[in-house]
Amino acid sequence: MALETVIGLEIHVELNTNSKMFCGCPVTFGEPPNTAVCPVCLGHPGVLPVVNKRAVESAAMIGLSLNCTVAPLNQFARKNYFYPDMPKDYQISQYDLPICGKGYVDVGAGGATRRIGITRVHMEEDTGKLIHKGQSGRIHGADYSVVDFNRAGVPLMEIVSEPDIRSPEEARAFMVKLRSIILALGISDCNMEEGSLRCDANVSLREFGEEKLGVKTEVKNMNSFRALRKALEYEVARQTKLIESGERIIQETRHWDDAGNITTSLRSKEEAHDYRYFPDPDLVNILMDADEVAKLKVALPELPDARAERLARDFNLEAGDAKVLALNKPLGDFFEETVAGGADALRAANWLLHEVSATLNQTDTEIDDSAFTPRHLIDLLKLLDKGTISGKMAKEIFKESFETGKLPSVIVEDSGHVQITDEDALTKIIDQVIAENPKAVEDWRGGQERAVGFLVGNVMRLTQGKASPDLVNKILKERLS
Amino acid sequence: MEFFEYTAHELQKLLKAKEVSAVDVAKSVYDRISEVEPDVHAYVTLTENMALAEAASIDKKRAAGETLGPLAGIPVAVKDNMATKGVLTTCSSRILSNHYPVYNGTVVQKLYDAGIVMTGKTNLDEFAMGSSTETSYFGTTRNPWNIETVPGGSSGGSAAAVAADEAIMGIGSDTGGSIRQPAALCGVVGLKPTYGLVSRYGLFAFASSLDQIGPITKDVTDCAIMLNVIAGHDNRDSTSVKVDIPDYTKSLKKDIKGLKVGVIKELMGEGIDPAVKEAITKAVELMASLGAEISEVTLPNAEHALSAYYLIAPAEASSNLARYDGVRYGHRTERDVEDMLDMYMKTRAEGFGAEVKRRIMLGTYALSAGYYDAYYGQAQKVRTLIISDFANAFESVDVVISPTSPTVAFKIGEKTENPLQMYLSDVCTIPVNLAGLPGISLPCGLSGGLPIGLQIIGKPFDESSLLTASYAFEQAFEFKDKPNMGSD
Repeated sequence: MALETVIGLEIHVELNTNSKMFCGCPVTFGEPPNTAVCPVCLGHPGVLPVVNKRAVESAAMIGLSLNCTVAPLNQFARKNYFYPDMPKDYQISQYDLPICGKGYVDVGAGGATRRIGITRVHMEEDTGKLIHKGQSGRIHGADYSVVDFNRAGVPLMEIVSEPDIRSPEEARAFMVKLRSIILALGISDCNMEEGSLRCDANVSLREFGEEKLGVKTEVKNMNSFRALRKALEYEVARQTKLIESGERIIQETRHWDDAGNITTSLRSKEEAHDYRYFPDPDLVNILMDADEVAKLKVALPELPDARAERLARDFNLEAGDAKVLALNKPLGDFFEETVAGGADALRAANWLLHEVSATLNQTDTEIDDSAFTPRHLIDLLKLLDKGTISGKMAKEIFKESFETGKLPSVIVEDSGHVQITDEDALTKIIDQVIAENPKAVEDWRGGQERAVGFLVGNVMRLTQGKASPDLVNKILKERLS
Repeated sequence: MEFFEYTAHELQKLLKAKEVSAVDVAKSVYDRISEVEPDVHAYVTLTENMALAEAASIDKKRAAGETLGPLAGIPVAVKDNMATKGVLTTCSSRILSNHYPVYNGTVVQKLYDAGIVMTGKTNLDEFAMGSSTETSYFGTTRNPWNIETVPGGSSGGSAAAVAADEAIMGIGSDTGGSIRQPAALCGVVGLKPTYGLVSRYGLFAFASSLDQIGPITKDVTDCAIMLNVIAGHDNRDSTSVKVDIPDYTKSLKKDIKGLKVGVIKELMGEGIDPAVKEAITKAVELMASLGAEISEVTLPNAEHALSAYYLIAPAEASSNLARYDGVRYGHRTERDVEDMLDMYMKTRAEGFGAEVKRRIMLGTYALSAGYYDAYYGQAQKVRTLIISDFANAFESVDVVISPTSPTVAFKIGEKTENPLQMYLSDVCTIPVNLAGLPGISLPCGLSGGLPIGLQIIGKPFDESSLLTASYAFEQAFEFKDKPNMGSD
């Protein structure tokens, strides 16, 4: 039985506006509990919400960057349910009349690019944070719980995708693309580990060609791109097994257990939630002036797709490389700054996409946080260009520069790691090596190209790796003839 | 005459002329309170120390020649559903019986800035849900005209306080008639402004699309003075409107020649007490004699107003009252609880009275999946019809008239058995809230020694016409009766 995977994502993006969605409290992270609060976001009796204009603009910008329609009129609605992290025991959200309607994102995965539909974008307010004090830190078995309302009321944008995603890998690629788009807008830190980017998934399977959707499960608690992919792979496999053994899929919410690498059912005491949505009578309808929206659209910063095209065109990069640089805004910025400082584009791209990226991954560092800056890369490439260092040496110097923050030219000076380019000095050593290794020389004359490498290796050894490999090759060939 | 018997505008003159001090005025009012409060029970909390301190401060400022606000030194009673920082604010509910707000509501702050001397927080139906003040957790307030009867509700405390001279002025809130109806039953003036004219920030919400704060005063002049202080756009209230606020005291004119007055046909028929009908009819005749042009207007959908209201208001209330959950403030159950849900349920079961619970359940039902369209959705559509009924009427008239209440004050306990009976008390006032229009009640007679209220309704933001019509009537009618209380 060939089963098609159908995935839809529900994404929440926490904005980095100055103030909260409905009050003037600051949007902060990591502050002592209940210090960024006021009667409004604490849901005291008698308070009223006031809409954050910047948040509305940000929501429109998200919609515009996802090719969505921006509705001429949108409306806030109350989502009613009881939970201690919700000060009013209702969340101000949007229901019938969200700020943005249908749109799409083009996502590349597995070598193909597919268009994933966006259903809607709407605005809501975040909840507070519950901390359960007890053995496991989870609610079950806790002695008591405390709640921090610093986060309550922070603007939250909800983005819903159509169930167009067809694989866990594509889901991951979608999230990466979405993140890069939103980062380009500069309105959110978009960090899954910190919670400023959250994702829940709806997963179902059906036979290929079937139009009707299968029974879906909702998967929650995926806190990284990696977890997202693993969770979805697990869930697809779990559902596949059930279907193949003739069992029903139960519509339920499942929790991704990252430690155990499984999804577990959250069925327990769940009743179907009736949120009793109704238009919030404390807020008036928001009219999006067409001219203002057009202005927002024109003022949108360069988005990843456009950037990729520009980088490829202006710097003669491979499309694939340009895409990678464009999808990772800090990396792309680093690249452009490096080139602006005089470095060769292709070499800069090469270094960034390979050595630098690999090192960042290994050390789990963000490029913006590292001591290695465009200035450092420009410096390094200059040294390579002049021949002061060899490619191999460059790699070592890069590592040291990355670790210490010292400029490569300073490192070179301090350690005397200057590449030996003095032809006379090299010739002497090369003659020495030739004299000491008659067998290798014979082998080479006999047609064994490998023997040259052996001789070069000896020269490098004798020069502590400082000899310029190109020069050594050139002189060696001359001396052997 | 005792100082407590005066109106605010009369006291303003005396205070400005330094013929009396604010402290003396306050003391006079508090003496009156000591005398009659045991019978009236208008207050939940008295703020005597704060009041006397403020009065003394006003006197000092006046002596130093400082500029003072328009209500400087005037004792004002504030309904106990408005946030007063540091002063107990209970909504006459057990669930807030220990609640001290951390901020002042906008209207409260405006009144403070105007120099009022707050006498205390007055009693109300719990969470403003009621028409008699009988649902108060702290026991009912009694009508000063006859303490066996109700003062009306939900602002019964403020109305009774003003009627009994336990305050010079009062402030209340009106969602379905809660300023106007008690004003009518207590023989005082009560105004519900146009929705959006006065900020709701600080008013503990009952029904957000209907609530408004307004003055309860001894006469129309005082009403205009207070309206000047409290009206105006507030950045903290997204539903407050940016309109030019005129000086409402300039509307206090006696000339209503040519004023077009429409009498609401549907509210002068069945269900209205004959004595009330007669008083309104006479009132209309008086206005005609002053030159007003009287006609009849019809509000065909008025008969559905009560039903629409009792779906919309409870629906919004069910959501507004969700926050009273024992987590952050207010009453929390002290019984053992199994889990979070248990804590919520026990807290709210203990904290809310029967009428509040009834309306929360009704409202939750009206909003629930499968019923929203038939109930809440439908009620909102009816509301639109009522709005257009009034708009149509106002094409041919400047103001419309009806009784405020179908009856005079009823006996305590008379209507508590059947909630629907109680709801009928609001049949004349509710349409005004649904349409968001300004409405005033002023005394136009007595029946069996109990006051009858005349309701005048105006066009949106046309409080000026309303005040003119009211002032002209008041000056011509000369309602001089006062309840028989205390040592007079």
